Amino acid sequence: MSAEFTLVGTSLRERTTEATRDERLQASLARAIRHFARGREAAFATLDDGDALRRAARRMRHEILADLPNVLERFADRFRANGGHVHWAVDATDANAYIAEVARRIGARTVVKGKSMATEETGLNRALEEAGCTVVETDLGEWIIQLAQQTPSHIIAPAVHLDRYQVRDILETQAEPGRKLDTEPERLAAFAREQLRSRFLAADLGVSGCNVAVAETGSIVLVENEGNGRLCTTVPRVHIAVMGMERIVATWDQLDLLINLLARAGTGQHLSTYTNIITGARRVDEADGPDEVHVVILDNGRSDVLGTELHEILNCIRCGACLNVCPVYRQVGGHAYGWVYSGPVGAVLTPLLARREAEAAELANASTLCGACMDACPVSIPIQDLLLSLRRRKAADAGAAERAGWRAWAAAWSRPLTYRASIKAAALGRPLSRHAAMAPGLRGWAQGRTPPTPAERSFMQRWKAGEL
Amino acid sequence: MSLFVTCVVDLFEPDVGVASVRLLRAGGCQVSCPTGQTCCGQPAWNSGFHEDAATVARTSLDALDADGGDAVVVPAGSCSTMIKVFWPELFELVGDHDAADRARRLGERTYELSSFLATRPLSLRPLGRRVAYHHSCHMLRELHVRDEPERLLAAAGCDQVPWGAGDRCCGFGGMFSFKLPEVAEAMADDKLSSLAEAEPPADLVVGSDGSCLLHLRARAEHEGHPVETRHLAEVLAEALA
Repeated sequence: MSAEFTLVGTSLRERTTEATRDERLQASLARAIRHFARGREAAFATLDDGDALRRAARRMRHEILADLPNVLERFADRFRANGGHVHWAVDATDANAYIAEVARRIGARTVVKGKSMATEETGLNRALEEAGCTVVETDLGEWIIQLAQQTPSHIIAPAVHLDRYQVRDILETQAEPGRKLDTEPERLAAFAREQLRSRFLAADLGVSGCNVAVAETGSIVLVENEGNGRLCTTVPRVHIAVMGMERIVATWDQLDLLINLLARAGTGQHLSTYTNIITGARRVDEADGPDEVHVVILDNGRSDVLGTELHEILNCIRCGACLNVCPVYRQVGGHAYGWVYSGPVGAVLTPLLARREAEAAELANASTLCGACMDACPVSIPIQDLLLSLRRRKAADAGAAERAGWRAWAAAWSRPLTYRASIKAAALGRPLSRHAAMAPGLRGWAQGRTPPTPAERSFMQRWKAGEL
Repeated sequence: MSLFVTCVVDLFEPDVGVASVRLLRAGGCQVSCPTGQTCCGQPAWNSGFHEDAATVARTSLDALDADGGDAVVVPAGSCSTMIKVFWPELFELVGDHDAADRARRLGERTYELSSFLATRPLSLRPLGRRVAYHHSCHMLRELHVRDEPERLLAAAGCDQVPWGAGDRCCGFGGMFSFKLPEVAEAMADDKLSSLAEAEPPADLVVGSDGSCLLHLRARAEHEGHPVETRHLAEVLAEALA
């Protein structure tokens, strides 16, 4: 059974309002975010010049994006030369169909997955289930939310919205009904290990994501902390990695720079516990590894972003640092964003990658433009500028009433006299004319806040009267 | 110098404007305040309506340009950011290169109030208040003004309480607080509740953006826990010898 995202059928305001009323969620978020954010600061403090590294990483990501088609071709050539299979997937349906076909050909019944946001984006689990496979998520957080039929609420910590009591309840009822567990995190993890080990051994197909591909050797790099990624990619006889087409560097030197930043920014580690580098299938002289390796290079709307004013979002390395510093994410968590990617990066990616859904464009408003995300971003993506670009796109599609409202506002506020009159009228709740376009908004504002009243005499009146 | 008073101060917080004038004069400036100014255009700009933002911004640009002051001082972090950072981009986007050039030149001589005052000789007496300072987002992360307000508060004999959430967004965000009011309120509550962590507690919340303070105060009042908030200009003006 696959979990569903809620982008369709609900509004951003409904989703975020519901989240702000969930005190348990707020407590879980505050705890986790404080942990991650402090970890990031401490980890960056160990670098001689973290800001210089971030600038270098940004330049490097720009160079790669500027040459992306060539870098991808080099990667694909090397990957094939290593004995792997390459599939270029135009969209989610294409990616899922290819993977389902591999599963059918090899007669796969059990599929184990390492954590992958790209396959959340494509809805792969449902496609594989429809093809008759049992799909088991093996990242601890991802497994928990799969059991609970939920979706990830954080890019690197999918179950961050749950506390350990909720986790215990999910495992007791869904993983092994009747089993009694306590809430010690170590013992919950041990239970998960016991449950998942047999799934790894039974699996015919392992599916993973890809943190970074390295073109010069045709390698897939996967970072993780639990070892499940290594099992997914080595135990089953076939491994398929799914990579967003921008998740690539040209050289190992570039990889070195990114790896130096990725875990520091995400979890506050200098390096994640496991860094798996997969270069081809098992060779004749090797004991471990799959017989077949595939990579699915997923476009799904990304190439439409290349070369536009929004292309810098493709520099993202999915570390999650922007979520951990975002004051909006802190209040509402990931599910309120409605789709795979949440937080500031999700507010940019969702309108771009899920653009067929009208509601997706609304995500550009899920930010105060405070800029904390850019300060935390290891590749310095100016997320607030990208959100402004998206708002301009959205404004271009706005309805006649909204456009007329702003036009009237501009007409009034570009003349000193009408500018003063419109605010007074709006605040008194008796709109003088359509100039008072803000009046309905002011009423909404006032429901949870004591509304301010305009001063009896404005500053300019006092100035002009020569009182100052 | 020319004072760009901002719409929030002009219409809702005129005392902040009065305090700014007093401070600037105490710092040896001859203050003028061009009466043709209105707003910087930020509400429309942040909503994606750059043409309408440009219409309004041009009014204020023309007024400030015509005033010909050697400096423009703005008692608001976000409005100074709008002028210094976003006006050139805004006018380029609407194809008004002449206004963009004028905005660039104006931006070079535009200062957020505290960063301007920090360069002037001000004689302040100690107020002896315990202050929690709210770093507003644009001022901190676009203009990189962090130390100046804190130094000025110290010069006015205010003790600053450590406030872990001091540089976290209050939730106002302009149109954000109209579009997602419940989230804006939750952000204000979170920020305000963290004030209780300081021991002994602050008796005053100070900031450099009237809009943030207005939002925080409105929420605190609504929830029945009023908090005294004051603009930095008002605190400093009170401390003028």
